[in-house]
Amino acid sequence: MRNKYSLFSLVKNAFSYHENWGKAWKDPEPKKEYDAIIIGGGGHGLATAYYLAKKHQMTNIAVVEKGWIGGGNTGRNTTIIRSNYLWDASAGLYDHALKIWEGLSQELNYNVMFSQRGVMNLAHNLQDVRDLKRRTHANRLNGIDAVYLNTEQVKKFCPIINTSPDIRYPVLGGTLQKRAGTARHDAVAWGYARGADEMGVDIIQNCEVKGIKRNGDSVEGIETTKGFIKTKKIGVVAAGHSSVIANMAGLRLPLESKPLQALVSEPVKPIIDTVVMSNAVHAYVSQSDKGELVIGAGTDDYVSYSQKGSHDIVEGTLNAILELYPIFSRMRMLRQWGGIVDICPDASPIISKTSIKGLYFNCGWGTGGFKATPGSGDLFAHTIANDEPHKLNAAFNINRFISGDLVDEHGAAAVAH
Amino acid sequence: MFIINCPYCGEREQSEFKAGGEAHIVRPKQPTELSDDEWAEYLFMRKNIKGIQFERWVHTHGCRKWFNVVRDTSNDKIKAVYKMGEKPPTK
Repeated sequence: MRNKYSLFSLVKNAFSYHENWGKAWKDPEPKKEYDAIIIGGGGHGLATAYYLAKKHQMTNIAVVEKGWIGGGNTGRNTTIIRSNYLWDASAGLYDHALKIWEGLSQELNYNVMFSQRGVMNLAHNLQDVRDLKRRTHANRLNGIDAVYLNTEQVKKFCPIINTSPDIRYPVLGGTLQKRAGTARHDAVAWGYARGADEMGVDIIQNCEVKGIKRNGDSVEGIETTKGFIKTKKIGVVAAGHSSVIANMAGLRLPLESKPLQALVSEPVKPIIDTVVMSNAVHAYVSQSDKGELVIGAGTDDYVSYSQKGSHDIVEGTLNAILELYPIFSRMRMLRQWGGIVDICPDASPIISKTSIKGLYFNCGWGTGGFKATPGSGDLFAHTIANDEPHKLNAAFNINRFISGDLVDEHGAAAVAH
Repeated sequence: MFIINCPYCGEREQSEFKAGGEAHIVRPKQPTELSDDEWAEYLFMRKNIKGIQFERWVHTHGCRKWFNVVRDTSNDKIKAVYKMGEKPPTK
C-alpha cells in the first residue's frame, strides 16, 4: 500500500510536522469508458467499488458522486451496527456485514473505530416482551448472539435508564446483542475510498448523473455534469434518490423517500457505554467518543427530498428520551439534521438485477443501512460482477414485490420504521 | 414542517395531518383478472417524485376528511389543494 498507516509512519510524519502525508485518494477526471460505474459515493457505493476491485478484479471502474463522498446518509446516520433481525434472510445479510465489520479496520488499514459496545432493545408492553423473546430465539437459531434481559438486568446493564413501573411506558425487559455496537461513519467512507483508489478505482466527486442512456434493454452509459461516460454495467447506490435515478432509466421502484432525523447534544463525560434502542416509544441513544449523545428520531410520513423533518417528530423522541433518562433533562442539543431515506414496503433492502441488462440497484435500506455497509458492498459487487445474486442477497431481489415473497421486517426487526 | 390549507378547516400545522401517499392511483376494476405484475404495480410501485407530486392527505386531528395536495417534494412548498373527486389543477 502506497501510504500504509502505521506507528512508524506516524512517527516519521511527526518529524515533518504532519505536513507531508500523501493524499488518501486521487481526484481524477472521468475517463471516456469504464467496465462498470457505481452511482453514489456513500459508504455502500464505495464498499461496492472496493469489493469489485478486490474480489472480482474489476479495477477499470468509477464511483460518481454528485456532492462529496460520505456527504449523504453516510454522514447523517446514528452509526448503530447490529444483526439481530428476525427472519433468516435478514439475519444472514446483516450478520455477514457484522462479521466483516469485526476485521474491517485491519483489512482497510484505516481505523473505522468499530466498537462492540452492545445494543440493547427495550420492551415496553407485553407484546414487545413476546416479540423480543421470539426474536432472541430466532437469532440464536441463526447463530447470532442474543440474550433476553428482565427489568433488573436492563437496569444493571445500563444504570441510567428509568425502570420505575410508574412511567408511561415502563421498561418490562429487553434484548442484548453484545457483538453489536457503533463505528465512525466518515471513516468507513474514507477507508473504503482509500482502499478502492489504491486498486485503481476512479472516485469522481461533484459529478451529478443527469441521465441514463439505454439501447433497447441494455445500458450504454450515463450523462453527467462532467459529460457522457460509456459503460455496460451501472450499479445504483443512491439511497433517497434511487427513484430519481430509476426514473431516468424508465423504471419504477417500490420506494418512498422520507426525511429521517437525528440530533446530538453538547459533549459530556462518559455516561452511557452502550446503545439503547426503544421501538415502542421511538427513542434511541448512544454516546460518541467526543462525548455527544447521539439520538435518533423517527421518519416523517410524507415523501420529501428536502433533508428537513418536522419539529413534532423530534419533540416526540425527546419526550421519550427524557422519560427513560431523567438524568438528561438539562442537556442541551447542539445540532439536528435530516437525511432522506428510501423505504421499501417490507422495510427490507433491494440488492438486485433489474429488467434492464447491466443496470443494478442497491437501495431501500430505509432507516437502517449503515450497519450493513460492508456486507451490502460485498454482495452488490458479487451481483454486478457475476450478473447473478449471491445466495445471501438472493431473497432481496426486486421481483419479490411481484411474487409476494416479501422479507417483512416492519416491526419484526426490533426497530421502529 | 409546513402549513397545510385544509379545504374544510383552513390553515393548520402539518402535524395535524397524516400523509396518504401518491394520489390518483385507481383501484383495478377487475381485480380477479390482474396478473402478478399488475398487482405489484398497483400495490407497491410508486413514482416517488422529486419535484411536483400529487398526493393525498387526511386531517387526522381535525375534520378527518381526505383531500388532495400538490406539493414540491424538493422543498415542501404546497402549490395547490383540492377536494377528493375534483380534477387536479393543470398548472
